[in-house]
Amino acid sequence: MAGFLEFDDITKAFGSLRAVDCVSLSIRKGEFFSLLGPSGCGKTTLLRMLAGFEQPDKGRVILDGQDITDIPPNRRKVNTIFQSYALFPHLNVRENIAFGLRVAKRPRKEVDAEVDRMLALIQMEEHAEKKPSLISGGQKQRVAIARALINKPRVLLLDEPLAALDLKLRQRMLIELDLIHDEVGITFLYVTHDQGEAMSLSDRIAVMNNGRIEQIGTPAEIYEMPRSSFVAAFIGDTNFFEGQVAELIDTEYSRLTIDGFPDVVCFNDRKMNTGNLVYVSIRPEKFRISREQPQGGGRVNQVRGVVEDVIYLGAQTKYWVRVQQYLIAVNQQHSRFLLDQKPITWKDEVWVSWFADDGFMLDRYSETDEQLIQLPPEEVGDDPGQEPQADEA
Amino acid sequence: MKTSRRRRYTEWLVTLPSLAWLVVLFVLPTLIVFAIAFKPANPYGGIGAGWTWSTLASLGNPNYPAIIWRTLWISTTTTVLCLLLGIPMAYFMAQLPPRRRQVFLLLVIIPFWTSFLVRIFAWKVLLHPDGLIKQALVALHLVDADASLLYNAGAVLLVMVYTYLPFAVLPIYAAAEKFEFALIEAARDLGASSWKAFRSIFLPGIRRGILTAFLMVFIPALGAYVIPDIVGGPHSEMIGNKIAQRTFVDRNLPHASALSVILTLAVLAPLTAGMLMQRKKDRHAVLHQEGL
Repeated sequence: MAGFLEFDDITKAFGSLRAVDCVSLSIRKGEFFSLLGPSGCGKTTLLRMLAGFEQPDKGRVILDGQDITDIPPNRRKVNTIFQSYALFPHLNVRENIAFGLRVAKRPRKEVDAEVDRMLALIQMEEHAEKKPSLISGGQKQRVAIARALINKPRVLLLDEPLAALDLKLRQRMLIELDLIHDEVGITFLYVTHDQGEAMSLSDRIAVMNNGRIEQIGTPAEIYEMPRSSFVAAFIGDTNFFEGQVAELIDTEYSRLTIDGFPDVVCFNDRKMNTGNLVYVSIRPEKFRISREQPQGGGRVNQVRGVVEDVIYLGAQTKYWVRVQQYLIAVNQQHSRFLLDQKPITWKDEVWVSWFADDGFMLDRYSETDEQLIQLPPEEVGDDPGQEPQADEA
Repeated sequence: MKTSRRRRYTEWLVTLPSLAWLVVLFVLPTLIVFAIAFKPANPYGGIGAGWTWSTLASLGNPNYPAIIWRTLWISTTTTVLCLLLGIPMAYFMAQLPPRRRQVFLLLVIIPFWTSFLVRIFAWKVLLHPDGLIKQALVALHLVDADASLLYNAGAVLLVMVYTYLPFAVLPIYAAAEKFEFALIEAARDLGASSWKAFRSIFLPGIRRGILTAFLMVFIPALGAYVIPDIVGGPHSEMIGNKIAQRTFVDRNLPHASALSVILTLAVLAPLTAGMLMQRKKDRHAVLHQEGL
């Protein structure tokens, strides 16, 4: 099936740097699709090639069956919301929104009617005569959206549109963007380095790294079933263990050896073979922590450790459990608060257990990935004004 | 209330020295020049007693309107050409990587390191019948062998544009450097052609730089006197030449003053109009934060 929007084997280099490296991507009509990755991963370059501001060295961009690779930006049926909004400072809100229709030389009456409709959509009627410098960041954002949507683009491109807003406003704009997408029903291509934005808005996400696509999938697929250690580390928090496949139990499960752990059973959907060196990725919230040894079973793994640190966060508690050379991050949700129950605390000996299906065996990532993964994603981005997320200790 | 009055007072105090300087060395001399315009001349190059309108009235002489008209069109054409050359230069320079930008900026400024007079004489040498440019043009059959490139309005215009171009480029470049070129992309994205984006987004974005460039070129051009004196001829005299001639040759100070009054008014009128327009605009957007 040919998608509505196709990137076909795109390569783009700046000097010796391959910003986009043989990327193929197919996006469906009406989809909210995100390109997610650290800064410098090529996501913005890919977007700029769709907008027409950059020419690919190799490959084609196909929109609705038409090859648009060589068409200049002003003749493409796509519109962009820029990171800095790029509102025209000498025009007021109304004139900014009307710009696209004016350029297209549409009759004045029609332009006025369309602009009024847009002003109503973004609830900016009473600010229509103001210059951009007199309205707030969130309002600028809405004007930028209206200005892009008035041209009825086939695809709306959003280049980190929320990066310049503070946290509260960003959360509100997320909801507004989602509502607008539902209302206008056109295809959105959203570029961001913020996994939270991508996860909450997107139908599908492409995770990019070093100019390549690491994984394409729904937010749940990407979080729950990462296909590479980069994806596992970039999206959310995870624990990595170095292991080796010791034995294939059946078609779906393998037995692993991990230094300092008893035998570990792990879901094996990647068809790893005996002897393969792997990383096992397990999300902090997939662990159970308890003083007593939990009920064992064929598909439950358990390991003993000592609590080194506890962070009480209200909704959940974060434990750091030492097992040999590993410091395992465990997030535990409290279902019920009992006064008489002695909570797990520093220096306690505990059992940490998890289901075989919650562990993922992944190829070992390269050293450059490792450096990248050491940093929380928010610090990888070069944009100022971002708050680190609360769940990152 | 009291504190604001006190602040007023200190502000005055701080401004006083520069105000005194301006009054003594600028306002008074200008007024004296204006006053002399209404004095009769005496035959020894001095100023006679009493007051008269006759000097100003004598400017009605058909010679003068022609010179004033020529001064206006040479100055206007110089300004327009400087803007037409300066705007694309600034547009181009502002988009260069910073290091190459510095190189170009240096190239614009380098002529200032040589004496203004020397540079004009250099032009005279180039345009001379035996000069490089003349010979080259004749060799290419672009110019008749006995046509003169010197001592006409064309030569004056050429050297004026050459001289004043940096004064146009620098303020426009300063504005273009602050211009956010993402706006051009935004305009292109919304369907504007390159030319349309340049015209309706870039030009308004640097309008203050253009206004400054206009004043920086037009006003000195109106008063130009050395350039028409050296490369111009009798038929390309400007008002500045006439003022110099009345002062140094005829020693008729009232006449020179009367011409100066005309020139000053010609400069002040567009300047005041421009300032009033700008002030009206600024008042319209007090909170408007904009570069330059």
